[in-house]
Amino acid sequence: MRKQRPLRAFRAGADRSKPMSSPGLERSLNRRDLSSLRLQTSARSAPFWLFVGPFLIGLLIFSYVPIGWSAYLSFFDAQGTVTPDTFVGLQNYADMLTGPFAQSLLTFSVFALFIVPLTFALALGLAVAVNRIRFARAFFRSVFFLPTACSYVVAAMVWKLSLFSGVRFGLANTVLDWFGHDPVAWLSNPDPPWYWLVLVTARLWLQVGFYMILFIAGLQRIPDSLYEAAYVDGARPGWQVFRHITFPQLRPTSIAVLLLSLIAAYQAFDEFYNLLGTARGYPDFGRPPLVYLYYLALGQTQDYGHGSAGALILALLIALVTLLQGRLLGLGRRD
Amino acid sequence: MAGGVTAAGLLAACGTNTGRSSGGGTIEQWYHAYGEAGVQQAVERYAKAYTDATVQVQWNPGDYDSKIASALAASNGPDVFESTLRVDMVRSKQIVSLDDLLGDARSDFTESVLASHTVDGQVYGIPQAVDMQMLFYRKSLLAKAGVQPPSSVAELIDAARRLTTDKVKGLFLGNDGGVGVLAGPLLWSAGLDYLTPDHKVGFDDPLAAESVGKLRQLFTSNSLLLGAPADWSDPSAFTQGLTAMQWTGLWTVPQVQKALGDDFGVLPWPALNGAGKASVPFGAYGSMVNAKSTKIDAAKKYVQWLWVQRGDYQQDFDLSYGFHIPARKSLAAKADKLKSGPAADAVRFVQDLGRPQNPPPWTAKMQLALSDSLNKIVRSGADATTELKNAAGSVQTELKRLYG
Repeated sequence: MRKQRPLRAFRAGADRSKPMSSPGLERSLNRRDLSSLRLQTSARSAPFWLFVGPFLIGLLIFSYVPIGWSAYLSFFDAQGTVTPDTFVGLQNYADMLTGPFAQSLLTFSVFALFIVPLTFALALGLAVAVNRIRFARAFFRSVFFLPTACSYVVAAMVWKLSLFSGVRFGLANTVLDWFGHDPVAWLSNPDPPWYWLVLVTARLWLQVGFYMILFIAGLQRIPDSLYEAAYVDGARPGWQVFRHITFPQLRPTSIAVLLLSLIAAYQAFDEFYNLLGTARGYPDFGRPPLVYLYYLALGQTQDYGHGSAGALILALLIALVTLLQGRLLGLGRRD
Repeated sequence: MAGGVTAAGLLAACGTNTGRSSGGGTIEQWYHAYGEAGVQQAVERYAKAYTDATVQVQWNPGDYDSKIASALAASNGPDVFESTLRVDMVRSKQIVSLDDLLGDARSDFTESVLASHTVDGQVYGIPQAVDMQMLFYRKSLLAKAGVQPPSSVAELIDAARRLTTDKVKGLFLGNDGGVGVLAGPLLWSAGLDYLTPDHKVGFDDPLAAESVGKLRQLFTSNSLLLGAPADWSDPSAFTQGLTAMQWTGLWTVPQVQKALGDDFGVLPWPALNGAGKASVPFGAYGSMVNAKSTKIDAAKKYVQWLWVQRGDYQQDFDLSYGFHIPARKSLAAKADKLKSGPAADAVRFVQDLGRPQNPPPWTAKMQLALSDSLNKIVRSGADATTELKNAAGSVQTELKRLYG
């Protein structure tokens, strides 16, 4: 009844790998002596370095050297200079962990705790729904994926100026007005913290489509034979099949989605900066660690010492939480 | 990510391209991107008219203040540039003193404006143009509500309440409730300041808590416009009738005049009590010379020619395109545009009540600390005394770094 498209695709992939051990290649190897083989190896490594080299050099210069330099700066009083000479030991770390930065880290740990499961559930739900749809599948897939292509700045402007503008003719306030409710200053007044509603909806709208596509790819890799076997064994379509076949089969995708959305939560910047920031600064609430670092280390302050310490603390925290999550979910464990 | 934060600094430090390869005698000059049409052409015209050296003008859209800060820390900065003065620039020896360029013209510059370009008695920037902020009010709406233009903070709060209807709010101070722009005016209105003249924290005082508390009172009074589509620096909320009074800048006067005609007046931020004073904050970009420049003398001569000797250029620069007050009193007095109405009031406010929005010793880090505590007090309802004490602690640390 169902077509075994994934399996056939897999076999086709295996076929493509065949020429690697083709008789022609073996014959040519047999004809060569040892010295020419060595020559061939170095000749082969030349293209390897040609292709990988520039990338590696770029990685070295633009990633590893700055990370190393950043680690070095974090132990110095490096205000307005990247070649500091006043060693301060762990003082920068102590300052960052007792100041507003620690508050940011805490807030965004809580934020991650909410946004990650929410993103996960919505993306998975959408993927399953879109995948089951029999008509206009490409249309729905595109519609939900499209926001991913939207600029965060543009989305933030739409959210701030038209959907959640604080005046009475903003969309959200118009709806409230139908129910006789006074206008709410969504982003201006943090009490009650309505700004989270604005931030979270913008983020979900922008990101869920991307994770949905990952899930759809995962769904399509599940062999139909598994479902058929389940039905033969008397499983009922719906929750039972989802619980015992679909969800376990999606584990690699699920782990990828959780990791990516977790890291994205800690690295939040764009929509936050554009929604809550003004030309005169950023409020102390809803302030992502990176926004705080932006004001501290870049801008006019140029405090690279504290900035680097903060950046390393954040990187360490992300690594720790990711490892913890991996441990809990069994990342890398064999099925 | 860790790399991202330092990459900019690293790249800046490694940069060897000075951008001055176009000729040994070329002076490179930076401006931020002025919004008004024609300014770029005007400054290029001035540069071309200078005969002693070739001057190359670079126009910098985007976050100019940050760009200048990193260019000065590195070695690829311009020879001449415009900026506000921060004490850090002097301490790190990034700029040179221009004290000897003023000559007889010194007394012609508005004192408070020149003071905002002075550190340790030395002038480091030649003021080019003055921008200022003040309170705009709609005369007809005040008359309808039977409200007099407020002359104290208490009257302002009362006026905002009485001017609020279900369609129009009484007062607009920015979408952050005024926290961003009113730090200075709140302190000055209580007779205090960011810092004292002998480099101590100026706001660790019960009066500061009282003054900031007034903004909190406004924030919760339901008479403030919050979440308007355009922020305080744009006159739209005022001209479109969303608010009866708005805190905005002198630069909006032409737009407001066009929309409302004579139906508006301007006021300084009022005093809180007898000890305080009404005030208007001003900001003035000054022309400065990079200490790492290879042609400091030529650059200084050019700055002297452009901003001290050529008064006609300063007049053209300030008044032909946008709406700024010339930094020189003689030019401000001559300008027809500034002789009547709200613009004339603005000139008077700056001369009598003007205070620098960002005085040189007030660093970005101090601003961050005070802004955090004002947000907590005004927007989240935290205890004013405690929060201002916290900010005072951070500012104290910065003062210790700067002055020992």
